[in-house]
Amino acid sequence: MESLPSEQIATVRRIVAQHRERPGPLLEILHGIQAAFGYVPAGAVPVVAEELNISRAEVHGVVTFYHFFRRTPPGAHTVSLCQAESCQSMGAEALAEHAQKRLGIEFHQTTADGRFSLEPIYCLGNCACSPAAMIDGRLYGRVTPEAFDALIAEGSAAK
Amino acid sequence: MNTTVYVPGDAGALSVGAGEVAAAVTAEAKRRGVALNLVRNGSRGAYFLEPLIEVQTARERCAYGPVSAADVPSLFAADFLNGGTHPLSLGLTESIPWLKSQQRLTFERVGVIDPASVADYVKHGGYQGLERALALSGGAEVVQAVTTSGLRGRGGAAFPTGIKWKTVLDQRTPTKYVTCNADEGDSGTFSDRMLMEGDPFALIEGMTIAGIAVGATQGYIYLRAEYPHAHAALKRAIAAAYQAHYLGADVAGSGKRFELEVRLGAGAYICGEETSMLESLEGKRGEIRVRPPLPAIKGLFGQPTIVNNVITLASVPWILSHGAEAYANFGMGKSRGTMPIQLAGNIRRSGLVERAFGLTLRELLYDIGGGTATGRPIRAVQVGGPLGAYIPTRDFDTAVDYEALMGIGAMLGHGGIVVFDDTVDMARMARYAMEFCAIESCGKCTPCRLGSTRGVEVIDRILAGIDGERNVRLLEELCETMVQGSLCGLGGMAPFPVQSALKHFREDFRARV
Repeated sequence: MESLPSEQIATVRRIVAQHRERPGPLLEILHGIQAAFGYVPAGAVPVVAEELNISRAEVHGVVTFYHFFRRTPPGAHTVSLCQAESCQSMGAEALAEHAQKRLGIEFHQTTADGRFSLEPIYCLGNCACSPAAMIDGRLYGRVTPEAFDALIAEGSAAK
Repeated sequence: MNTTVYVPGDAGALSVGAGEVAAAVTAEAKRRGVALNLVRNGSRGAYFLEPLIEVQTARERCAYGPVSAADVPSLFAADFLNGGTHPLSLGLTESIPWLKSQQRLTFERVGVIDPASVADYVKHGGYQGLERALALSGGAEVVQAVTTSGLRGRGGAAFPTGIKWKTVLDQRTPTKYVTCNADEGDSGTFSDRMLMEGDPFALIEGMTIAGIAVGATQGYIYLRAEYPHAHAALKRAIAAAYQAHYLGADVAGSGKRFELEVRLGAGAYICGEETSMLESLEGKRGEIRVRPPLPAIKGLFGQPTIVNNVITLASVPWILSHGAEAYANFGMGKSRGTMPIQLAGNIRRSGLVERAFGLTLRELLYDIGGGTATGRPIRAVQVGGPLGAYIPTRDFDTAVDYEALMGIGAMLGHGGIVVFDDTVDMARMARYAMEFCAIESCGKCTPCRLGSTRGVEVIDRILAGIDGERNVRLLEELCETMVQGSLCGLGGMAPFPVQSALKHFREDFRARV
């Protein structure tokens, strides 16, 4: 398992310390780690386990249970496309195909230049404006392939 | 006094450009040297008109929509600040037929008030329910009011809320919890999100009343990670409620304590199941618990716990302030009060419709919803999320209440209605139901964990023309096994869309090769 550089271990310890006194703190800690690193590095797992005095398996089990926690670094921009029923009824599948072609990657992959990660998501709660997408936490509705291309062009320009 | 302009800060409105509209309004006002108050309200729920902006005129609020940033200079030119006429004029907001036909109780303030302001909440009737609750002689009377109102769990299970609260009240333990299930994962639903973003104090007040009723001093809102805007709105509102002493050691000067915190989920549909949610709140894998014991007896951290959905809890202040009978006077049969129905997917006038139980699907879909957005005929609707049955057009005269929908093998669930036009391939939708279950299964029980994956495979074989008839029979048996043998509603209900597709749209299960 990759071990973390010491300053990153210190960051993980600091995040644990912020939450450890709260009841049931593990999810909060993992959210904190993902906010700091962009993902939950494998090397953070034993540190969290030791700090909370629980097994590594327990921490690993929680990290891998939840779709939201990434185990690899994300691209500069994370693009999530809703694939649930409401968006399907308004062309989400065609949009997903278009997006994969446009970015040259499949779902759960990151572009070679590290700019974009593409993820499926099951409902963004924007079902009255389907199809929906979220880019870096920003929600978009009534997304056409053309609108998608414009958003990606914006993201490419930004970084 | 400066004119007040309302531009929604609701995530759905932002998703179609409300943020840009707000910036344009500010910039244009500055350019013209006009001073105005810009309030970022919630959405009125008429998403087909979003971004819908409003102006408080001397008369009433005038609405314009759907507005884009490019329209803003012409709105100023048309003197919209005084209700001037413009091609995007919708007249008085209250008179927009789509809104006027509704009966907004739980959503009475959503889209109306400034969701960041306790003062605005109180000005619009907020915290009167808490005041009533505190004036009653004890928790049992509060619970009785909720029971009398007939309120049932709006998350989907429709369990009588008063009975749940009574069970928690009756437990003789010093530590109890009130938890709010805000893991609104069903496709086609967004009422929780709208309420949390548009009137977060209603939820906070509802939870505070619940705490006082059953003797719990700690509340948790379990919010899905997909809702960053609601997260921000809740955190802001909770901080404001603490500052105004509506939360904390001495709630509204009553000497009673109630603390409240938001906890984020991490993208797991199953955590909307109440025992899975409790596991997740405890920081564990969201695997479901076997019941009994019920959460009301042994819930969060092993203590008696109320688990209620956002809308359920947010309906409580209205019930307390207007009276349980007033609430029960709405609705029909055993479905009392109002239901926020969400019209979603391929529908022309999409959005949130709060009405007393009893409207038919036909009225909702055609009279209110205006048919499909694509203009093609409706072929099927899915009611109640990804575990809900697909309903064919011949059943559209069914009333939207819990029992009537059960009568046709469907369920109301959390009130989402997803509309599909005649291009929908129901075999694909059935396959998706199984696939979704496979992706989201917590893995605890075999029928769900393995059955869903096998279900996808069997449907693929049917569509590939391999032993069609035999495999359809196998699929039906598999569905039956999952329904009978799963521990919770995910595996137990994921077959419903599949079975309904087989029953009503059999012709779609023909070989594709």
